[in-house]
Amino acid sequence: MVEVTLWGALSQLAGGRSKVEVEAKDIRELFRKLAEQYPGLEPWIDRGIAVAIDGVIYRDTWGKKLPEGAEIFLLPRLAGG
Amino acid sequence: MNFDPRFSGRKFASVGTRPIRPDGVDKVTGRARYGADFNMAGQLVGRVLRSPHAHAKIRKIDTSKAEALAGVKAVITAKDLPDLTDGDAAMYDILDNCMARTKALYDGHAVAAVAAIDAHTARQALKLIVVDYEVLPHVTDVDEAMQHHAPLINDTVFTEGLEEKPVKPSNVTKRSQFGHGDVHQGFGHADFIVERSFKTEQTHQGYIEPHACVANVSSDGTADLWVCTQGHFVYRQHCAQLLGMEASKLRVTSSEIGGGFGGKTHVWAEPVALALSRKAGRPVKLVMTRDEVFRASGPTSATSIDVKIGARKDGTITAAEATLRYSAGPYAGSWAEIGAMTAFACYRLDNVKTVGFEVLVNRPKTAAYRAPSAPMAAFAVESAVDELAKELGMDPVEFRIRNAAQEGTRSSYGPVYGPIGIGPTLEAVKAHAHMKAPLKVNQGRGMACGFWFNFGGQTCVDLNIGMDGSVSLAVGTVDVGGSRASLSLVAAEELGIDYAQLKAVVADTSSLGYNDMTDGSRGTFSSSMATISAARNAIKILRERAAQMWDIAVDDVVWEQGHAVAKGEKHGNLGKLSLKEIAAKSGTTGGPIAGHSELVADGAGVSFATHICDVEVDPETGATRVIRYTVVQDAGKAVHPTYVEGQYQGGAAQGIGWALNEEYIYGKDGRLQNAGFLDYRIPVCSDLPMIDTQILEIPNPNHPYGVRGVGETSIVPPLAAIANAVSNAAGVRMTHIPMSPPRILAAIEAEREG
Repeated sequence: MVEVTLWGALSQLAGGRSKVEVEAKDIRELFRKLAEQYPGLEPWIDRGIAVAIDGVIYRDTWGKKLPEGAEIFLLPRLAGG
Repeated sequence: MNFDPRFSGRKFASVGTRPIRPDGVDKVTGRARYGADFNMAGQLVGRVLRSPHAHAKIRKIDTSKAEALAGVKAVITAKDLPDLTDGDAAMYDILDNCMARTKALYDGHAVAAVAAIDAHTARQALKLIVVDYEVLPHVTDVDEAMQHHAPLINDTVFTEGLEEKPVKPSNVTKRSQFGHGDVHQGFGHADFIVERSFKTEQTHQGYIEPHACVANVSSDGTADLWVCTQGHFVYRQHCAQLLGMEASKLRVTSSEIGGGFGGKTHVWAEPVALALSRKAGRPVKLVMTRDEVFRASGPTSATSIDVKIGARKDGTITAAEATLRYSAGPYAGSWAEIGAMTAFACYRLDNVKTVGFEVLVNRPKTAAYRAPSAPMAAFAVESAVDELAKELGMDPVEFRIRNAAQEGTRSSYGPVYGPIGIGPTLEAVKAHAHMKAPLKVNQGRGMACGFWFNFGGQTCVDLNIGMDGSVSLAVGTVDVGGSRASLSLVAAEELGIDYAQLKAVVADTSSLGYNDMTDGSRGTFSSSMATISAARNAIKILRERAAQMWDIAVDDVVWEQGHAVAKGEKHGNLGKLSLKEIAAKSGTTGGPIAGHSELVADGAGVSFATHICDVEVDPETGATRVIRYTVVQDAGKAVHPTYVEGQYQGGAAQGIGWALNEEYIYGKDGRLQNAGFLDYRIPVCSDLPMIDTQILEIPNPNHPYGVRGVGETSIVPPLAAIANAVSNAAGVRMTHIPMSPPRILAAIEAEREG
């Protein structure tokens, strides 16, 4: 079980909760479970969400493991120049 | 990804040296081929008809007279680019931006295009196209566009991110919020509070090379596109989707690039050129004029930002808050969101809150510009930080050091930081001779900090070893800032050979797997990971071939300094085999030797910079001269330090232009008044001092060499550093960018009048 922190817009779609608990071993499973538990998040996941694991931002490595006790933050997937 | 990206702390032989750039001779002798330098037999000239109105309904377009003109081979409108986006809203916006469908949404919006045998005929044809417009009310100012009475740009837009679902459409597409703690409580603990509002005007990346391409669609449905771009694989995806092609049937070759800075990350002219070529059955060359680049490519946002920061007498910030409004052009974007994330990222804050609003206006579709959105947020925050330090009676550097984020700090955008460089850049600035240099009358000094995320992404590299022992490197990320040199250094490092033995090229889209574009400061970060991986794969094969040549077990062969070495007492008599010797025998030991890598580079380390600037302000004219400028930035590891310094200097130079002169000026009619370099003034050499640089190297733990992106962070601090310097020189706080002479004079006069 990992605790995931959502940013403002996502927390509104998760019933106002800024932190949710999810049973997930990696980012892929995290996204799948989040979409199941909070269907409103699915379009956002499809558009792209980054995941910060202990401060390191992952945008594409959906196979990245979520260590027990790690700090996990969802962030918007941003553009660069 | 079968590749360990962790920082290894190794010693370097090639990385960190400064060999001559591989593209230098071609560029200074005019041999390098840019977007407009490519030609095909029988090619036509493409030209685009653009809306003269900021906002207008397109009732009808009559192209019959243009089509009848001798020499015209194709005329297209939105009908020739049907909507194939299948509900993808972002792609639909790109399509509509390439060719207006029902409404022209800004001055310069494309409404039709022609392909003709020469430029004269193409221009004549444009004049013969009759567009029946119904002119609509427009709005170009970010604050006005948020008012309830403002003309609606898209009546299907309802603001996302509000607690209650809105019942009325709005020009505000999205509200976003970041932060932690309780700012209300935090301000209650403050002894001093600074609260200010700031504005920044819209600027263009100002790349010297305009958008240019040659498109050739064959009658069998395959196509070639030669184009100046930051991401030819992304252009292929977008063009293929918009034209209903399979991506593999469209080969895109990237030219040399005369600057992009985020402005060449989106398609504008390319789908139009392909549609013209498809209709005409001949190649079409389309080169945007400078006027078109300004009016109809993608400048950055104009902004309006409110900042409030409170601190205790001892200099500890107790709370920080910002509301950021960013213009997005007529299509939804996430520009204020990025500003809201980056605004306070340099600081260790218990109570912080940022709110961003994305605002539609009748201006060109906003595109990324080097650390997009961060410079404007930094301008507002760092100006207020400077003012607060002054109120506290503290040195601005000491005040920032006291409040700087460090490893373990919760960032203002959420996660906790790993090892970061904001503290070291501030300490370096504190110790820098620049901070102690004397100032003369009317001169002022300013400093400011900046933050940027940096990204990784999908990346491919092919490394091929020729039979003569030379090595070619085919990469898929476009070289916009020296990546061919840095990747050659990385390959030389891994293989243990001389840099001169390598030649790197940017391969076309049919030669490699998909690569993300060169944005987010990812070029060297991502491609160096793939290069290391490809080189290590090649070394594995080199060891196998050496083992064959010696007839020993491969496990007994190691790779050391460019040679296969047989290990163990029983092989003591075997001499080393060089890469060249192994390559020479490759034909009889199993064929060509190569290493390939396809990976996703993630874990790009965040980056920080601190800049110092001295200016002299003429109180009679309001003109500002930058007399000294210093950049201190964390590079993680500078692979080719000269290029890194160039990135630092380039960001500072662009920031100086943005801070002092550059701005889009719209008339009351909603038309751009200064679409050219005579009236939109970017800095030239005579405007700039030598920009000094200091590279810090705080290794990124998620890269084998510790590399961080370096291309974007350098444009984040300049607006604020220069604003602080000008404010100190003029004796009045400047809150509106650019600080052009009339604005400075007005501020001085207003201060005088009290």
